[in-house]
Amino acid sequence: MNLFLEIKENLIISYKAITANKLRSFLATLGIVIGITSVTLMQTAIEGINRAFEKSISAVGADVLYVQKFEWFGKEDWSFYRNRKDITLTQYDYLERNIQTAASVCPSVGTTKTLKYQDLVLENVFVLGTTNEYQITFGANMEEGRFFTQKESDGGYPVCVIGMDIRNAFFENTNPIGKTIKIGTYSFRVIGVVEKQGSLLGLVSLDNRVIVPIDRFFSLFGTKRSLSINIKAGDINNLDETKEEVISIMRKARKVPFGDRDDFGVNQQEAFKATYESLTSLIKIIGSLITSLSLIVGSVGIANIMFVSVKERTKEIGIRKAIGAKKRTILLQFLIESVSICLLGGLIGIMISFPISLLIDKFVLPTAMPLWVIMLGLVVSVIFGVLAGFFPAYNAAKMDPVDSLRYE
Amino acid sequence: MEKNLIDLRNITKVYVMGTEELFALKGVDLQINKNDYLAIMGPSGSGKSTLMNIIGCLDTPSSGEYHLNGKNVSEMDDDELAEIRNLEIGFVFQTFNLLARSDALHNVELPLIYKGLPKSERIEKAEEALYNVGLEDRMTHKPNELSGGQRQRVAIARALVNDPSIILADEPTGNLDSKTGNEIMELLEELNKKGNTIIIVTHEEEIALHANRVVKIRDGSIESDVLSEKGKAAMQRKEIEI
Repeated sequence: MNLFLEIKENLIISYKAITANKLRSFLATLGIVIGITSVTLMQTAIEGINRAFEKSISAVGADVLYVQKFEWFGKEDWSFYRNRKDITLTQYDYLERNIQTAASVCPSVGTTKTLKYQDLVLENVFVLGTTNEYQITFGANMEEGRFFTQKESDGGYPVCVIGMDIRNAFFENTNPIGKTIKIGTYSFRVIGVVEKQGSLLGLVSLDNRVIVPIDRFFSLFGTKRSLSINIKAGDINNLDETKEEVISIMRKARKVPFGDRDDFGVNQQEAFKATYESLTSLIKIIGSLITSLSLIVGSVGIANIMFVSVKERTKEIGIRKAIGAKKRTILLQFLIESVSICLLGGLIGIMISFPISLLIDKFVLPTAMPLWVIMLGLVVSVIFGVLAGFFPAYNAAKMDPVDSLRYE
Repeated sequence: MEKNLIDLRNITKVYVMGTEELFALKGVDLQINKNDYLAIMGPSGSGKSTLMNIIGCLDTPSSGEYHLNGKNVSEMDDDELAEIRNLEIGFVFQTFNLLARSDALHNVELPLIYKGLPKSERIEKAEEALYNVGLEDRMTHKPNELSGGQRQRVAIARALVNDPSIILADEPTGNLDSKTGNEIMELLEELNKKGNTIIIVTHEEEIALHANRVVKIRDGSIESDVLSEKGKAAMQRKEIEI
C-alpha cells in the first residue's frame, strides 16, 4: 500500500475520529492553541523590538564609518581612549584627498550651548560643526530652507541649520528662514530646518541640535577638540573594503609605527547591533523557552487524549489488523490523528494571535507577524503533534491482534 | 502427494503463566483441502479458539509448521502475517466486528484499502460483494442502522471482497436468532458450493452439521475428525461421478 494513499485514507479516518468527539478534540487542542498563540505573539513582540531598535539606530547609517578617538563599546578604560592624540582637520583633509572608495566624507565636532531667540531660551542644545558634505554623508532631508553650501562652509559663514525641536520651540508660528538666533553669545542666521529625525536608541534627540560650518565652530568655540571623521561608503556591500582603506590612510595620517595597534577607532552601526544582540539574545532565548513551555504542556494534553483514544479503540485496531492493516498503517493512523489535532490547534492559535499582533502594531509598538512566524507556528504544531502522538500510536501499532479483538 | 490448502504439522501453542506452562495446543496435525467445509468444535478452554487464531494467522504457533496455500506461515513476522490475512483469509466474527463510524460500503472496502487498490476499483468490488450477500440497498447504512443478520452479511461481504483462500467464521450465528442464523448458514453453504473453502468454529452441534467435516478438539488435541452425514453424501456423489 503506497504512502500517499495511506496518508489520504488516514486523513479521512482522523477527520471522522476528531468530529466524532468534537468537545473532547476541542479541549485537547486548547493547550496547543494557547501554546501557538503565545509562541507566535512572543516572536511578533521580538520582531517589534528589533524593528524599533533598527529604526532607532537608523540615524547612525548602516553604510557610514566613524573615525574617532573612542571605540564604541570598546573594552579599554575610558581614559585610554581620551589620552589618544586628537583627530584633527589636517588628518581629515589627508583622508578626504586620498580615499578612493568613499561616496562622501565629512568631519564633525560637537559641544552643547545655550540657544536664544528674542526672549526664548533653550539650554543644552547640541551644536554640531561640519561641512556641506554632511548632508550627503547622512542623507539629511530638509523640512524647510536649505543646507549650507560649500562656499558658506569653506568661508565659515555665520549660518546654521536647526533641528525640528528647535524650530518648534522658537518659531512655532513664524517662518524661521532668515531669522537670527544666538548660539552662546554669537549670532547665526537660520537658513534651513532638517526634517524630524527621532532619537538615537530612544535616548538622545536628534532634533534638538543646530548645525554650523566647522570653521566657524572652531573659531568661536575653540580648536582643541577631537573630530569625528564620517565616511559614507561608495557601496554598502564593500563596507569592509572601505574600512580597510580608511584604516591604512589614517595610520599614515597619524604616523602610527608599523606593528603598533591603531590609535583611533573606526566605528560603525554594526557595533550597536552587536551590543544589542548580546544584550537581547538571552532575553529572546528565555522568552522563547518560556512560551514553548505552554506548547509542551499542550502536547502532553494531546498525548494524554491520544492514549485514551487508542485505548478505547483497541477493538477497532484489532479489526483493522485482522483484515490486513500493518504496523506502519496503524502507527500512521494515530500519528496523523494527533498531528491533525495539533495542526488544527496551531491554525486556531494563529487565527487568534494574528489579529492581536495587529492590535499591538496599532497601540503598543510597530510590528507585524512575519510570514516565517506563521510558518514556524504550523511547523512547530506538526512537530509537537508527532511528539505527542508517537508513543500512543506506537502502542497501537504493536498491539496483539488476538488480544485487541477480544477487548471489550 | 496433493498439496493441501491448509497443512498444520505438529502445532503446539504454549502460554507461560508465571512459572507454569500452559499447553493450549499439544501437537495438532490437520490438513484441509480446497473447497472443504469444516467445522471445528469443542467446549470452551479446549483450544479451539487458539487453533482458529493460528489458522487465521492472527497468532503464531510455539512450535510446528503451518503451510497455507503452499507458504510457510509459521515463520512469518507480524507485517507478513498482516498481508497474508489481508489476501488469504476472510474473517467472520460472532460480534460482527464492523467499524461503527463507517457505512457498509466503507467497511467492505477496508481490506481493499489495505491491499492498496485504487478507489474506483475498490468501490466496484465492494458493491459487488454487498450485492452478492443481498445488501445492495443498504450500502450507505452504518452498522447501527442495520439488523444483526444484515450486519453479519456486511461482515461476510467484507470477508469475501478480497477473494480469499479461506473464510474463517467464529461462531457466526452466536449473536443471531435462529431464523437469521439459518439464513447466514445458508449463505455460507451457498458460498461453499461456489467453491469457497469455509471453516467455522462453533460449540453448537446443529451448526456443525452444516459442514461436511467435523473436527472435535478437547484439551488441546484433536479428539475426532469425521465426515458429517452431509459430507458422506457429498462424498458418495463424488464417487458416483467418478
